[in-house]
Amino acid sequence: MSLTLDLFTVAAVSLGAVFFLAGTLGLLRFPDTLSRLHALTKADNLGLGLVVLGLLPQVASPLGWIGLIAVWLLALLSGATAGQLLAGAVRPPEWARLTAPGPGKDTADD
Amino acid sequence: MTSALAVDAVLALLIFGLALWINAARTAYGAALGFMAYGLLLALVWVRLAAVDVALTEVALGAGLTGFLLLGAAARLAPDASFDAVGVSGKGSRFLIALLCAVVAVGLAAVVLVLPDPAPTLAPLVHANLARTGVGNPVTGVLMAHRAVDTLLETLVLIPALIGIWSLSSDPDWGGRPGSLPDLSSNGPLTLLAQVLPPFGILVAIHLVWVGAEDPGGKFQGAAVLAAMWVLVLVAGLGRAPRVTSQASRLLLVLGPLVFVGIGIAGVWLAGAFLAYPEEWAKPLILAIEAALTLSVALVLGLLLAGPPVADGGGVEPRP
Repeated sequence: MSLTLDLFTVAAVSLGAVFFLAGTLGLLRFPDTLSRLHALTKADNLGLGLVVLGLLPQVASPLGWIGLIAVWLLALLSGATAGQLLAGAVRPPEWARLTAPGPGKDTADD
Repeated sequence: MTSALAVDAVLALLIFGLALWINAARTAYGAALGFMAYGLLLALVWVRLAAVDVALTEVALGAGLTGFLLLGAAARLAPDASFDAVGVSGKGSRFLIALLCAVVAVGLAAVVLVLPDPAPTLAPLVHANLARTGVGNPVTGVLMAHRAVDTLLETLVLIPALIGIWSLSSDPDWGGRPGSLPDLSSNGPLTLLAQVLPPFGILVAIHLVWVGAEDPGGKFQGAAVLAAMWVLVLVAGLGRAPRVTSQASRLLLVLGPLVFVGIGIAGVWLAGAFLAYPEEWAKPLILAIEAALTLSVALVLGLLLAGPPVADGGGVEPRP
């Protein structure tokens, strides 16, 4: 049983590492900021999620599970917000007309 | 063992490379971002050296708060223009800075390398007397009992720093609210984050202060998290920083140092020396000082980031 769990951990953490590697490659190689953001947040969301998923069987106490999952959820929340902020800051002005309610003040003055 | 050595070597090389990159960075923005990443890597080094307390402080204050201040300074100077174009610093002076940094680094390395083996240490003495302080974390024991004078001065020095920033305001602006934080109040995702994150942040901060007695953590780390939550709320426009003339805010600013000094002076009669604690009361007194200092330090850190006051009409307006 513990061998199965260990194998699961190795598989999930390795898969998470692959996502981080792919995200880093994308961050370095993608042509524009929005695509790079996509690569970066993908690494955060899926990569960290898989690493956390893989580590769960290695933690004995339910408090440890909650802690690990909380780390992932908080990273999701802050990553999504940071992504939105960056995307808003680099959004070309002509896109503003395409979105329904007027553009935010923060995007208008840069 | 060898894999740990490999990780350490990669970490050291990364930090060294990043240090060179920061000095060679073409924009102030890039250099400030590099500095923040540098702080995060440095924290990993402290963890590898089993100094988790230092690592937490490095992340919260070194990378987070200082990085934020540097980013703000870079945004004011010239965020995207290169150093050479705006004449912030020429190649010569930057080379000189790098050289001086290298001299300091080599000097420190030399000092560490010429230490006698075993190095002179007070650690066994601290270990032998830790039980008398009532706390289980040797770092907290040293900071709050054995070297309490240092800690007192460290917390007091934050107030002159804030006065220094406040005195950068012009006369008509005095009495206004701090105005250096960006106003992102119309940004939906940020507003959501500023509504969802603070409860968790406050819990984490209380946890950091509370476990500081037994495990890595403490008032500075907890206060930095509290300050971050407050600044998030301010930037999202969900709250406003107090006016610099606000009596309540000033009272909270000096509450921690006052409690610290008060208990310290009481120690003259109760325990025979300034900043000494009566033995059976050591832990409750230390916790009381830590709790009061956490609030004061959090407010100071937040106000340091919020910057000098500007007259009404500027700064962050409340949401309608």
